[in-house]
Amino acid sequence: MLKKLALAATLALAPVSGAFAAGAEGHIENFDFSFEGPFGTFDQAQLQRGLQVYTQVCSACHGMQYVPLRTLSAEDGPGMPEDQVRAYAEQFFEVYDEELEDFRAARPTDHFPANTAAGAPDLSMMAKARAGFHGPYGLGINQFFKGMGGPEYIASLLHGYTGEEKEEAGTILYENTAFPGGWISMAPPLYGDDVEYSDGTEASIEQQSQDVAAFLMWAAEPKLMARKQAGFVGVVFLTVLSVLLYLTNKRLWAPVKARAKD
Amino acid sequence: MSGIPHDHYEPSSNGEKWLHSRLPIVGLMYDTLMIPTPKNLNWMWIWGIVLAFCLALQIITGIVLVMHYTPHVDLAFASVEHIMRNVNGGAMLRYLHMNGASLFFVAVYAHIFRGLYYGSYKAPREITWIIGMLIYLLMMGTAFMGYVLPWGQMSFWGATVITGLFGAIPFIGESIQTWLLGGPAVDNATLNRFFSLHYLLPFVIAGLVIVHIWAFHTTGNNNPTGVEVRRTSKADAEKDTLPFWPYFVIKDLFALVVILAVFFAVVGFMPNYLGHPDNYIEANPLVTPAHIVPEWYFLPFYAILRAFDGDVWVVIAANFLTGGIVDAKFFGVLAMFGAIVVMALVPWLDTSSVRSGRYRPMFKWWFWLFVVNFFVLMWVGAMPAEGIYPYIALIGSTYWFAYFLVILPLLGVLEKPLPQPDTIEDDFKAHYGKSSTKEGAPAATPAE
Repeated sequence: MLKKLALAATLALAPVSGAFAAGAEGHIENFDFSFEGPFGTFDQAQLQRGLQVYTQVCSACHGMQYVPLRTLSAEDGPGMPEDQVRAYAEQFFEVYDEELEDFRAARPTDHFPANTAAGAPDLSMMAKARAGFHGPYGLGINQFFKGMGGPEYIASLLHGYTGEEKEEAGTILYENTAFPGGWISMAPPLYGDDVEYSDGTEASIEQQSQDVAAFLMWAAEPKLMARKQAGFVGVVFLTVLSVLLYLTNKRLWAPVKARAKD
Repeated sequence: MSGIPHDHYEPSSNGEKWLHSRLPIVGLMYDTLMIPTPKNLNWMWIWGIVLAFCLALQIITGIVLVMHYTPHVDLAFASVEHIMRNVNGGAMLRYLHMNGASLFFVAVYAHIFRGLYYGSYKAPREITWIIGMLIYLLMMGTAFMGYVLPWGQMSFWGATVITGLFGAIPFIGESIQTWLLGGPAVDNATLNRFFSLHYLLPFVIAGLVIVHIWAFHTTGNNNPTGVEVRRTSKADAEKDTLPFWPYFVIKDLFALVVILAVFFAVVGFMPNYLGHPDNYIEANPLVTPAHIVPEWYFLPFYAILRAFDGDVWVVIAANFLTGGIVDAKFFGVLAMFGAIVVMALVPWLDTSSVRSGRYRPMFKWWFWLFVVNFFVLMWVGAMPAEGIYPYIALIGSTYWFAYFLVILPLLGVLEKPLPQPDTIEDDFKAHYGKSSTKEGAPAATPAE
C-alpha cells in the first residue's frame, strides 16, 4: 500500500517540470559543482575567485542589486573578513546616496549596484532564473539527478562561444552553443587570463566560467547550506518520528487485528 | 452529531456540568474526536489529515511572510528577496510556503481520486462532495493569487493570461476583466487586491473545511467497500467501527509524518524544482516569456483550455449555432470551467448503485484510464501548443468529459457488479482473518 502511495506521489510530481520545456535548447554541460547534492557545500576559495571574475569582468555591464555587500563576509558564503569587505566595497563600487544627493563609495551596508548598461540583465538571481536541464521529453525528471542546471547554464554559456559573428538589425550577434537559439548579443566576455587569481589558480576560460557560475549560485541562494542542513535535520527527525509512530500504530491495532481472526 | 449510534460525552465533575449546561464545547470535541470510523479504512483515507495540516502550515507560514512582504509593484519582488536574504529563517519559511502549496495540491488530488474511486460522492454524501469541490475551487483561486505576489515574470504573465480568460466572456467580458484587475491591465491595483484575497480566502476555506467535516460526520465516513456501517444497534455499529481517537489519529499521524519527510527533502534539497525559473526575474510588462506556463497543479485544466481551438468541429459548430457569440476562446474557457463542473456533478451523473470501484469490474478500467489521462493532460499542458500536442490535449479533454457525461451514466446500466461483503466487519475479517503475518497485503482473500 505504501509502495502504491509512493508511486502515486512520484507520478504526481514527475510531469511537473515539463513546465520548463522551452524551444530550441542549447547544449548545457553537466559540471560537478561542490554545492550539488544533499550534502553539497560552497567552496569558499572558488566563491572568492568567482567574485574576482564578477568584479573585474561581469560588473562592467551587469548589476547585482539584490545582493547586500555585507553578505560577502558570510561564513557559509565567500567568508571574507569584514575589513576586507569594507575595503572591497570602497574600492570597486559607487552608489548614489539620496541624502548626499551625490555618488559616494559603497559601504558593506549597501547592495551591489544595479547596472543595466547595454541592457545587461541583473545577475542577482541568474543562477536560479535559468534551468539548464529540462528532459527527458520536457518532464524535467533529470533535474532529480543533475539539479536545475542554472550554474551549469552560466558556465556553459561563458565558454560556449564558437567565434562566429553575424549582424542582425544593427546589432552584432555571437554564436553560442549554450544559448537557446544559438545567437547571443553579449560579446564573449572571457578570453583566458582575464583576471589574475590571488591563490595562483590558472585562469583558463573554463576555470573562470565555473568559478563565476559558482559565485552567482551563492549570490542567488546565499542560504543554500543552511537550507540543506535544515532539510537534512528535518528528514532525519521525521524519519525517526515515523518509525516511532509506525510501531505505536502497529501495537495499537494489534489487538483489533488479532480479534479479526476469531 | 453522527448518525451512527455511539457513546456521548457525559460531564462528570461539577465544573464540567457547569460548563456543559452553558456551552457544550467539551461534548462537541469529544463527539468529533470519538466518532465511530469504519475500521477497514485503507491508506487512501489519510489525505484529509494531510490537507488539514497543509491548510494550517500555509496559514501559519503565510502570516509570518506577510510581516515582511510589501504588496507594491515596485517593492514586492525586492521584499521577497529581502525575506530570502535578511529575515531570520526567511528562506526556509518562504520555501515551505511555496512547496506547501504543491503538497496541498498533491494531497487534494489524491483525496479527490480516492473519492472518485470509492464512490464517496454518492448518496448520502453529495453535500460533502459539493463542499469539497468548493474548497478545491477556492484553493485554486488562492494558489493562483499567491503565485502573483512575488511579482516575477510568471506571476505577472500568468495573471495576465488567466484574468484574460474572463475577457473572453461575450459582451460583458472586458468590463468584468477591468473590474477584476482594477484597471486596464495587471498593475498595482491587481497586486493589492490579489494580496487581500490571498489572505482572506484561506480563512473561508477553513470555514468550509468545518462544514465539510460536519457533513461527513453526519453521514459517517465512506470506506473501501462502500458498504454502510450497521446502525441497527450500538453493538452492531461497534463491530464495524473503531473510535477515531486513538486508532485513526495515530495511523493518520504516521502517514502524515512519512509524507512530511519527503516534503522536507524537497524543501531542503530541491525547493525550486516545482517552480518556474522565470519567476526569479522581476515582472516586466514589456517582455513576454517564451512560454507562459501555469503551476503544475493547473496544467490539466490549462491543457483543456487550450485544447479547443478554432479548428475543432465542436467549436466551429458552437460558433455557427450561436451566431459567433461562442468563439474558440470563450469555448475554451467554458470547457475549462465545465471540466470542474462535471466533476462536481458526479453524484448525479454516476448511475451505479454500487459505491466502491472495488466491486465494479468495468468501472475500474475506465477509472484508471481517467487517472492516466489526468497525468497526460498535465504533461501536455506544459508543452507548447504546436505539433502533436494539441491533438493529445484534445483527446484527453474529450475523455475527461466522456468519463463524466457518457461512461459513468452508461456503466450503471451496462455493468454487472461483483458481490459485495454484507458488513464492514466481514471485509475486515477477510483481510486480517487468515494470514495476519502479511500486513498490508491487498485484500485479495475472498470473503469468508
